[in-house]
Amino acid sequence: MSAAASATGIFEPVAARPAPVVSRGVLGWARRNLFAGPGSILATLTIVAALFYYVPGFIEWAVFNAVARPDNAACRALDGNGACWGVIAEKYRLILFGRYPFEEQWRPLAATVLMLAMLVASCTRPLWSRWLVLAWVIVFAAFFMLMRGGAFGLSEVETDRWGGLPLTLLLSTIGIAAAFPLAVLVALGRRSNLPAIRTICIVYVELIRGVPLISVLFMASFMFPLFMPQGVTINVLVRVLVGITLFAAAYLAEVVRGGLQAIPNGQHEAAASLGLSYWQTQRKIILPQALRLVVPSIMNSFISTFKDTSLVTIVSLYELTGSVTLALAGDSNWRSFFIEAYLFIAAIYWIFCFAMSRYSQWVEQHLNVGHRRA
Amino acid sequence: MADNNALGPSVRRRSWSWRSKAFRGVIYQVLAVSVIALAVWFLTSNTLTNLRIRGIQSGFDFLSQPAGFGIGESVIAFDSSNPYWKAFLVGLTNTIRVAIIGVLIATVLGTAIGIGRLARNFLVRAVCTAYVELFRNIPVLLQLLMWYLLLNELLPPVSEALNPAPGMYLSKGGFAFPVPVWVPGYALMLAGAIAGVTAAWLYRRRAAAQFAATGHVRAVFWPSLAIIVVGIAAGWFAGGAPTALDLPERTPFNVRGGGSVTPEFLALTLGLAIYTAAFIAEIVRSGIQAVPWGQIEAASSLGLTRNRQLQLVLLPQALRVIIPPLTNQYLNLTKNSSLAVAIGYPDLVSISNTTLNQTGRAVECITIIMAVYLTLSLSTAALMNWYNARAAIKER
Repeated sequence: MSAAASATGIFEPVAARPAPVVSRGVLGWARRNLFAGPGSILATLTIVAALFYYVPGFIEWAVFNAVARPDNAACRALDGNGACWGVIAEKYRLILFGRYPFEEQWRPLAATVLMLAMLVASCTRPLWSRWLVLAWVIVFAAFFMLMRGGAFGLSEVETDRWGGLPLTLLLSTIGIAAAFPLAVLVALGRRSNLPAIRTICIVYVELIRGVPLISVLFMASFMFPLFMPQGVTINVLVRVLVGITLFAAAYLAEVVRGGLQAIPNGQHEAAASLGLSYWQTQRKIILPQALRLVVPSIMNSFISTFKDTSLVTIVSLYELTGSVTLALAGDSNWRSFFIEAYLFIAAIYWIFCFAMSRYSQWVEQHLNVGHRRA
Repeated sequence: MADNNALGPSVRRRSWSWRSKAFRGVIYQVLAVSVIALAVWFLTSNTLTNLRIRGIQSGFDFLSQPAGFGIGESVIAFDSSNPYWKAFLVGLTNTIRVAIIGVLIATVLGTAIGIGRLARNFLVRAVCTAYVELFRNIPVLLQLLMWYLLLNELLPPVSEALNPAPGMYLSKGGFAFPVPVWVPGYALMLAGAIAGVTAAWLYRRRAAAQFAATGHVRAVFWPSLAIIVVGIAAGWFAGGAPTALDLPERTPFNVRGGGSVTPEFLALTLGLAIYTAAFIAEIVRSGIQAVPWGQIEAASSLGLTRNRQLQLVLLPQALRVIIPPLTNQYLNLTKNSSLAVAIGYPDLVSISNTTLNQTGRAVECITIIMAVYLTLSLSTAALMNWYNARAAIKER
């Protein structure tokens, strides 16, 4: 058809057209992702304008005008034009460790480092084994030994002086560790054939899920002492831990139940035909599949429990959120720099929660091996 | 012998031996119930003994005594000589007010951000992702404390109240805004609105009937909206077109008149809405992504316009996935409103806490809190289950 082909009679393919420039490289990317149409252009311009308007001011406040040394006079001279990070340099020990005796604060530090190391170890796949349970028992024992003292030449520190990050970690790890087995039992109970067991589990879950955590904590704090026989007192830390555990377990039980419901009945029938008992079936057949299905939701539940520990500050336990108030409210020199201190602990919470959610994505991918094809 | 053998197993299965599953089931249940009953009896008797020994009075009779404390803001009139039950009522209305407004804001914001996370524009996507990751991973209590602090630090004192729009004032004293002065003419406007909604519903039904009979599609949304607006406008004119507004005024010492909300209310409502919106955004995003792309392609191949695709194919299927977790978020927001106690907004828990400290009746006050939240939760759950049943796939 073309002139060249008709003249010689030999087929000559037309040279390939170059790919349109705008679909490749930076320009192509920008065209697709930033300027794809009038709406997109408008959105891009609005966001860029907003960033140019707000970000420099914020950076100026947070970095260039900020005072990082614990210098109260310099901070006051800022008059709100810059951040006073000095408040953290001045108060970080009170914020991180609460009312723990000042000269003994290497102990909560060591306990926190130990706990964090154990958490990281538990998240590492090559280390997953039965020994991990034993290691956890030892770490908890060492944690209490360090915090409580009273032996090995350590002076005794009452639990009401514990605070800050170690308390947050303690409440969340024990809360999660105790809630998980309870939640599995309750979830199984809710699907049981025995009407009385089923009813008890349903009432428990719906009752707890229907009320706010703060009312459960009030109950642990104000009502629990009335429940006990005369002369028996239980430490407020233990009472609050029981409250957090019961609360977390109810939510977790629903998550686990969702996983159980997704397992086809054929799995139960196959297990029964092999002669497995109820507990064997659950432990070897049903739970491994069901729990794997709901890993993301379980992790979300753990993250919620971690964030919920901040509520114990309302019943006067000074964990991370409470210890900020403790550190700053009584000090008229530094009281005006609350926002910087709040940002500091918000960053700590954020790092923990974000790490947990990223870890949950990794677990989901790695446990999914059996379902993935090639 | 042969007879015995043949009967043996079946007889044994029905017998009450330890090897019978049914028998063991009964035993387990009896054990569980008696353990629970024993625990309840133990705790109750301890409580009664403790109450008697410590000389604490019990019972709900205190509810009719005068409360003796004032409440900063309330929808119904309240002063310190009113009884406790009225204080609880004020707390309940304050809780419900925060919950309703918070849910509305969170839904709008969360839906917008959830859709934004699927936008083709990179910057929109990035901003929405950053929002979700930022607000989801910080405890809501800390966020509320920060919002309250920011409002208290950044806003000017009442005497120098900001004036962001005509008739609106924003200061440490709260947010004041104009409200219409009630005149009887508004009753006609309300009647007009009701008539408009009825007419729109009738129009919708006729359009649906016509579609079923002839296959002819009639526009529904805009005409319905027009009918309702016309109804309201007609009622408003018939009522004498009242325009009087109660405008707040700034005096040297305070802002007077109009409607107003306190900084505590603002911090609590906005904080809860911003926190919950991050979760709602994720629910909306996953709901939309749960609809297979083939559905949209099929709709396109049928020649549906983009709006009709959204309306007839995408949304009905996405909503089915979105509604149940959305209900949970609404309930979470309502329950989280109990954190008001940390920033001093007089919600139900705050008022119960004050009452508890004044009267020492811990059991009664905590029972009231739990009963009210249980009722709110269970009734919301029932309402949403009803909607969910309607929206579910109709299977044969």
